[in-house]
Amino acid sequence: MSENVPDDLQYTKSHEWVRKLPSGQVEVGITHHAQESLGDLVFVEVPQTDRHVAAGEACAVVESVKAASDVYSPVSGRVVASNADLAQQPELLNQDPYGAGWLMRVELDATAPGSALLTAAEYAQTLDAAD
Amino acid sequence: MGLRTPLYGTHVSGGAKIIDFGGWDMPLNYGSQIEEHHAVRRDAGMFDVSHMCVIDLTGARVREFLRLLLANDVAKLNVPGAALYSCMLNPNGGVIDDLIVYFQSESWFRLVVNAGTRHKDLKWISEHAAPFAVDVRERTDLAMIAVQGPNAIAKTVPLLPPGGRAAALKIARFSGAELGSWFVARTGYTGEDGFEIMLPAEDAAAAWQALEAQGIAPAGLGARDTLRLEAGMNLYGNDMDETRHPLESGLAWTVAFDPVEREFIGRAALTRARAAGGPVLVGLVLEERGVLRSHQQVSAAGESPADAQRATPPAGEVTSGTFSPTLNRSIALARVSKGMGPKVLVDIRGKPHAARVVKPPFVRNGKALIEI
Repeated sequence: MSENVPDDLQYTKSHEWVRKLPSGQVEVGITHHAQESLGDLVFVEVPQTDRHVAAGEACAVVESVKAASDVYSPVSGRVVASNADLAQQPELLNQDPYGAGWLMRVELDATAPGSALLTAAEYAQTLDAAD
Repeated sequence: MGLRTPLYGTHVSGGAKIIDFGGWDMPLNYGSQIEEHHAVRRDAGMFDVSHMCVIDLTGARVREFLRLLLANDVAKLNVPGAALYSCMLNPNGGVIDDLIVYFQSESWFRLVVNAGTRHKDLKWISEHAAPFAVDVRERTDLAMIAVQGPNAIAKTVPLLPPGGRAAALKIARFSGAELGSWFVARTGYTGEDGFEIMLPAEDAAAAWQALEAQGIAPAGLGARDTLRLEAGMNLYGNDMDETRHPLESGLAWTVAFDPVEREFIGRAALTRARAAGGPVLVGLVLEERGVLRSHQQVSAAGESPADAQRATPPAGEVTSGTFSPTLNRSIALARVSKGMGPKVLVDIRGKPHAARVVKPPFVRNGKALIEI
């Protein structure tokens, strides 16, 4: 399981991941486990650029052959980019959830409180506990 | 742990994602449901359908018994191997199950019923068979593999018993033939040509591997659902059940009201329902992004003056919905007020979405039948 939970990312219990970029912004997506549970994705709705998202707020919708599911923003800040390729190729999210399947990039609020994100080990543990 | 078919181990070693389906541990997919769907539409795929229940009925009066038990009329079956799709109704006209009946000989018919309904079906059938001295036997010794797609027959025939290959190519659509210890029928649940093969359980794993070596892609229940919905075929429990009769389930074509002398269980209730009118099962195509799913509410698009004056506005509900990989759109079956459409609205996660009423099937033999 751990090979599908990269060590250099942070996670949420609701199966989102966060990558710190050199610019100080963060990139957000959903985990390998999330895409696998959903099955083949057929629609992905990403947030508009410049939208402000709050930690815990629904910011995207991923819809698979099986179910529609909200994605909750792991962080608070302004959306500076969202992945336009997913509109035409939702399968990118199945094929490469930590790379080409990213959902949005966020400029964090300066005043944002320290977040309660999980480390890779902590997230892997929540998956093991659920099995 | 659920019930397992003779192919369970084969699925697990093939990397299948296993889910519970009516108490059975069955493959949902072997990686990508959409790729499995396309394999069936474009080439050939195969499904383990051994969880379905094969029932042999034998006795001198078996035909007479089935003419009472089923809403369709087995008098139509005269050539050995010929098959008929029918509903089995309760006295209220509600659907106990939908099934396929094969005529084997004048004293032997075979039924294939749904997995989730096997116990109530066997009980119902046995109770009604007793006065006709018809023997009811569940064939748990058989496995069943459905091979479907434009190249399914060509890829399967070389694996059949040597004496049966020429005969297999002559099997007419919607009939079957006994080839050695295999019963091979040209039936299916995908809208594509192909075979459903009933074979001894102990042969199933080797047959599956040989079929895979022929280039036939294993496909799971996920693809089976998108394929059957594109083909406009009902799923028992979603599109009809014991509270719904065939006339409001898109299955009027399976009810043989003629000859009028034939008595069958549910006939009186259906005759009343036919006179009364009622909701109908239609196809829907979503005109926007999103996916139609069971139980979403359907309403008339834009209140016309006539709609506004009605005590109850026309309405309906999605009974089966999915994303159609062939059409790249969402499609559904929905039970709606008669005459509703062509434009309707479907409530998806609290927002109205435009959809269009169409006549199923959506896709047959690889071709889209609905304009997008």
